[in-house]
Amino acid sequence: MYFSIIQGAVELGIIYAVLALGVFVSFRVLNIPDLTADGSFVLGAAVSATLCSIGHPFLGIPLAFLVAAGAGCVTSFMSSKLKIQPILAGILTVLALYSVNLRVMQNRANIPLNNKPTVFNLFSGTAAENSLGLVLPVGILAVLSVLLFLFLNTGLGFHLRAVGDNEKMVTALGVNTDTVKLIGLALSNGLAGISGALAAQYNSFADIGMGTGTVMTGLASVIIGEAVCGVGSLKRWLGSVVLGAVLYRLVIAFAFELGVPATDLKLISALIVAVALAMPAVKERLALHGVKRESGGNLKKGDIFSAES
Amino acid sequence: MKRMKASIVLTGLAAMLIVFMACSGSKAEVGTGSLPGEEIEVKRIGIVQVVEHPSLNTIRESFVRGLEKRGFSGGGNLVIDYQNAQGEQANLKTICRKFSSHRYDLIVAIATPSAQAAVGETSEIPVLFSACTDPVGSGLVDSLERPGKNVTGTSDAVSAQRVMELAKRITPDISSVGTLYSSGETNSAAVVEDLKEYADYSGMSLVEVTVTNSSEVKQAAQFLAGKVDAIFLPIDNTIASAMPAVAKVAVEAGVPVYAGADSLVRDGGLAAYGINYEALGEETADMAVQILNGKKPGDIPVRSINDMDIYLNLATAGALGITIPEDIMNEAVEVIRH
Repeated sequence: MYFSIIQGAVELGIIYAVLALGVFVSFRVLNIPDLTADGSFVLGAAVSATLCSIGHPFLGIPLAFLVAAGAGCVTSFMSSKLKIQPILAGILTVLALYSVNLRVMQNRANIPLNNKPTVFNLFSGTAAENSLGLVLPVGILAVLSVLLFLFLNTGLGFHLRAVGDNEKMVTALGVNTDTVKLIGLALSNGLAGISGALAAQYNSFADIGMGTGTVMTGLASVIIGEAVCGVGSLKRWLGSVVLGAVLYRLVIAFAFELGVPATDLKLISALIVAVALAMPAVKERLALHGVKRESGGNLKKGDIFSAES
Repeated sequence: MKRMKASIVLTGLAAMLIVFMACSGSKAEVGTGSLPGEEIEVKRIGIVQVVEHPSLNTIRESFVRGLEKRGFSGGGNLVIDYQNAQGEQANLKTICRKFSSHRYDLIVAIATPSAQAAVGETSEIPVLFSACTDPVGSGLVDSLERPGKNVTGTSDAVSAQRVMELAKRITPDISSVGTLYSSGETNSAAVVEDLKEYADYSGMSLVEVTVTNSSEVKQAAQFLAGKVDAIFLPIDNTIASAMPAVAKVAVEAGVPVYAGADSLVRDGGLAAYGINYEALGEETADMAVQILNGKKPGDIPVRSINDMDIYLNLATAGALGITIPEDIMNEAVEVIRH
């Protein structure tokens, strides 16, 4: 296996790790099964590609965050104020985003960026050219992870985590849980938007169909990370999510490298997640067979509080 | 324990991959290059396709057959590594990275997103695209005549105007036309632009309906069939998947369907003036051989199928009570009778 293949998978994994952090916020922190990312990922890509084509590759990234966060707000509004189930609200937003995304892309299904400035080709021709594909996303991911960690440790962040654990308790404390969820889903989808923005510039095109399987990929990354690396503290948990995203892409690249028949690709994706999901059960089996028990480690709801962050 | 857990996962993943390797070993198209002692030069081609689709599969299969006819056969002097992203576009980048890392002699990219990923990945290895309707608009090449750089290919552009001229010959009385296409496909947008131009100068009124997936097609067709004298269908993957539904609705409403691809007529459209995907695959194979023999892709103009063929469905004509003129019957390359 060539180094450049591994590098490519890691680059892609880092870009998708931003999405995985977003999915982590909705599915794990807030405990809301939000599917909006399938659309907000493409929305971020559409915004960033549109801005790239008028010469603003950097501006597209924060703008993608803001616009995609807006999509999260719409889902949250539908579920909290209109009392639509969160899954359904997410599906509705994704449906609406299809049209919105086409509008953003000026009614084109695909925006090519081959000859446009992107954050990845700004320095082409210089010494930094080859490493930029990795350095830039790693930098963005590091900054976002630290910000997310700091945010989840603020008062508001604790409210977010508490809502996911015991919403009634938080309500009893006099906190408006609707506002907390709104902020959480905006953050989650904003991160998905940044991931989409980077993916479009990295792939050198944005396409209306690029959102297929986004939430599934993000969730798979979260689960793989948790299985491999554990969820001890918040810091560790965030690290697991990032690692999971990279591992997922590495395994896919490995599968291509081995020449797995093209039709079996989805089966592999499913198998990876199934293996990761089965880990706690396998571990328990082993523990029953006389392996020394340890306290914690199994993924339980509320673990995020039981350990110091 | 943590370490152990991690090792269990990694062992599991490794085991899984080994199983896959074992399963795929017998049928994988990837070879190991020339055998020791053999003198022949082995060329390696990577084919990347974005999704499983009948038309795209036809192009690929016909491409491989075309290469065989021209003396390049898989297993002999050619290694073909075919990969499909199965609809997940993130995989395109991973596939193209594999091809470029192995320094294959040629990357063949089927459909627009595959080609964009390949062009974004390498500026050295020749990239040959197929089934891209608008190669310039998609940012693949600078011009059709002189593509430049490492990229060229075949376009499946069809002329809506020529399809409509055929429509006028079969049903001269039509004064309004409706079109049905997917808003998610760049291919269709380019063809529909061409149709708008035709409608403008011929004074025909035009109704457009877009869908986002194949389950919406039937309802959209019902809406359209009540409003227009004829329906025009571009080469659209989403519509193609639901063509039997469109054909049924159109026959019930007594509206003829004219299309830009042969498969739409086989599935019940009245007539098509369109490209033949097998021929497109053949053309692509012809260009591939030129590149493998050393010609620079940038010097080979993008080809489109100029000799479009007429396809007719007489069963549909009978159901609609339309008689196809004798001269058109003689021009048709394929007539479906049942």
